[in-house]
Amino acid sequence: MAVISVRDLTKKFGKFTALNKVNLELEKGDIYGFIGPNGAGKTTTIRILLGILKASGGKATVFGQDVWKDAVSIHKNLAYVPGDVKLWPNLTGGELIDLFIKLRGSNNKTRRDELIERFQLDPTKKCRTYSKGNRQKVALIAAFASDADLYILDEPTSGLDPLMEQIFQELILEARDQGKTILLSSHILHEVEKLCNKVSIIREGQIIEAGDLKKLRHLTRTRMEVETKRQLEGFDRVKGVHDLYIKDKTVYFQVDSEEINNVIKFISPFEILRLESAPPTLEDLFMRHYRGEAGDL
Amino acid sequence: MFREFSNTRALSLFILRRDRVRLVVWILSISIFVIAIAAILPDLYTTFEERQVMAEAMENPAVTVMLGPGYGLDNYTDGAMMAHFMLVFSAIGMGIMNIMLVVRYTREDEEEGRTEMIRSLPTGSLSYLTASFSLLCLVNVLTSLLVGLGLSSLAYESMDLIGSLLYGAAMGAIGIFFAALTSLFAQLTSNARATIGYSFSFLIAAYIVRGIGDVGYELLSLISPLGLVLRTQVYVNNYCWPVFIILASSVLIFALSLYLNSIRDLGAGFIQTRPGRARASRLLLSPLGLAFRLQKNSIIAWTLGMLILGVSYGSILGDLEGFINSSELIRQMIPEIAGKGMTESFITMLMTILSILGTIPVLLFILRLKGEEKKGRTEQILAAAVSRKSLLASFAAIGLMAIPLIQLMSVLGLWSSAAFVMEDPLSFSTIIKLGLVHLPAMLFMAALAVVLIGFLPGLTGLVWLYLGYSFFVVYMGEMLKLPNWLEKLSPFGHIPQLPLEGADIARLSIMAGLAIALIVAGFIGYRQRDIQG
Ligand SMILES: Nc1ncnc2c1ncn2[C@@H]1O[C@H](COP(=O)(O)OP(=O)(O)O)[C@@H](O)[C@H]1O
Ligand SMILES: [Mg+2]
Repeated sequence: MAVISVRDLTKKFGKFTALNKVNLELEKGDIYGFIGPNGAGKTTTIRILLGILKASGGKATVFGQDVWKDAVSIHKNLAYVPGDVKLWPNLTGGELIDLFIKLRGSNNKTRRDELIERFQLDPTKKCRTYSKGNRQKVALIAAFASDADLYILDEPTSGLDPLMEQIFQELILEARDQGKTILLSSHILHEVEKLCNKVSIIREGQIIEAGDLKKLRHLTRTRMEVETKRQLEGFDRVKGVHDLYIKDKTVYFQVDSEEINNVIKFISPFEILRLESAPPTLEDLFMRHYRGEAGDL
Repeated sequence: MFREFSNTRALSLFILRRDRVRLVVWILSISIFVIAIAAILPDLYTTFEERQVMAEAMENPAVTVMLGPGYGLDNYTDGAMMAHFMLVFSAIGMGIMNIMLVVRYTREDEEEGRTEMIRSLPTGSLSYLTASFSLLCLVNVLTSLLVGLGLSSLAYESMDLIGSLLYGAAMGAIGIFFAALTSLFAQLTSNARATIGYSFSFLIAAYIVRGIGDVGYELLSLISPLGLVLRTQVYVNNYCWPVFIILASSVLIFALSLYLNSIRDLGAGFIQTRPGRARASRLLLSPLGLAFRLQKNSIIAWTLGMLILGVSYGSILGDLEGFINSSELIRQMIPEIAGKGMTESFITMLMTILSILGTIPVLLFILRLKGEEKKGRTEQILAAAVSRKSLLASFAAIGLMAIPLIQLMSVLGLWSSAAFVMEDPLSFSTIIKLGLVHLPAMLFMAALAVVLIGFLPGLTGLVWLYLGYSFFVVYMGEMLKLPNWLEKLSPFGHIPQLPLEGADIARLSIMAGLAIALIVAGFIGYRQRDIQG
């Protein structure tokens, strides 16, 4: 049974359609990347999954239960970290961590203290004095100290420094090893790439790409940089080569994954001195969607 | 030396530009308020005899504690009366204005990182503090002039130009004093909230010390700025020295805050904030616990506040007949009920007004939930295993439980001081019954707040309007001879005049029943709508 199942989810704010027939499917153990630029509809989707917003159409279930009607029972096994963590200025971080853990119905003191230690948070400070990163730590500690089966994290690392981000990634991997399911929204692509096994890309309220990260990579282009002994000629006419840029005897280009073999064959006669290739990144894929090239994928 | 102050003028202009509307609103509302009171006073007490009756009623220690010593009581002119009634409150108003504004330009800007931006520009390290203080001095001087000229333009014989300018100057001096004092606390503490806390505590302490001083040790009144300012004896003797003392001490205090500003780091303070609890107490760990904890201080403050308000309302009951007879206008304000004395009727009206004021905290406690939503903090509670029903119930419960508590405080206050000053005191059971008959109306207002949160969270302001309307029709209805049905539009217009009429149980039950229905509806609405954050 799917942990999260979203079918044709639609959300309208007045006349504005924030989500248009969104589909998502998370299996147990998935680390699912939910990627999109600002305003794409990630937070709106997550809020519907949390039963905070009511869907205008479609169906969404978590653990097989309806996200709106069965919110309380779902939330007992769910931990959420919002994108912009808002805390009460006159309570301390420690108090709020305890409160959130308790409201979720779990109680694990040692895990809590261990996480506070790991994130190096001073729990005796009032939240008023916390920076964005520290507020995020409070929410992350409360989430990972809870005994949840599903973690929903909305751009959780946007305020963390690289060291803390490292710890965050370790926590995600630990959770994965325990068979937990994680929905991770982000516009930071390398973070998603490193951690996730599946992704969905959302833009203007519509999912434009979804599936296995490996499968998606297959659709993308490899970036290459080749220096040859003799000047390359007629390269711009080779099938599958894009964004060609030639500087002296070095060429920079992107190549469709399925055409790599032919392209290398074409270059070989010019005697390769140096060849560098970068794996396809989601950035590239993303950029192509931005340019409206989605159709020719 | 001057490097520390470079670009001060530009920064003053910048603050002025940024807050011009806010500043104008403050200046106008305070001066118009003071001038308007002065304008209606002579209509309240038209003849010399009426004023002298009032002067006798004012010669009461409870009044002195509240307003300060009355000067010129043997010839209680409009001017003497105005200064007696209003000077201390005018001064407090100035204090509040300056505290709020100075915190805004000091600690708040520092907390939000705006001061850092300014300091990264070629400005001196003391420029921003000096700029905000100079601008506030200007604001205070403008208010003084406006009040002074406004009061004298009323052209009352007893309120001449000199006296009126002194009234304004007294207000301005207190304003500057609190601007300097708040600047000082902004250096000592390390956040805006603490600065506000210390500054207001000082203001309240100054008021209390003055109160004690005015009925006992005169010296105490002289060390309180609020006591000192009354020693100007405006419109009676017109002494200027208190204004100079207040201004001189303001300069010293501001110099000290400049010094402290120059030796501290940006963002730091001198009073260490105590570390809080590393773990939550069990009491916090539920939605109700959270709702209570967030509003604990406010609950305590309102509870005490209503007690004090009850006491001060009770204190005028002492010479009630005299007070009522002192003014034609006050007689008009009280509904006349055939064959009965005005005292009873007056007490009912007092209790209704206390109940309306007591509804303010009740609404605040309930509407806090909407504030939480607006600040984006309910989302996290609802994302935990907390149902909307229990979240709304927690905040509503605090408000609903506050109703009897607040009412009990008003009743206790009213009764205890009435018992102290009246020759023929009211029985406790009479007053408590009077308090009880107001509960359904308060419940009704609370229910409106719940239903608005449930269906129209954007329009919760309506309930405040409605409460304001209720206050207006109850307070002014009789005097303005408004048609009776206008009063019946407010739940507070349906309160039986208890000592006179019997308690109309049926009508009260209907009101309570309606309130409960509204609350239930509110819960249904809250369960069905989008939460904004
Ligand atoms: N309560 C609301 N009312 C109206 N529009 C909204 C509301 N919440 C979000 N939106 C709009 O819906 C779109 C999606 O927002 P959001 O889900 O927050 O995007 P993301 O999280 O991907 O950055 C945005 O255009 C936003 O302006
Ligand atoms: Mg978002």
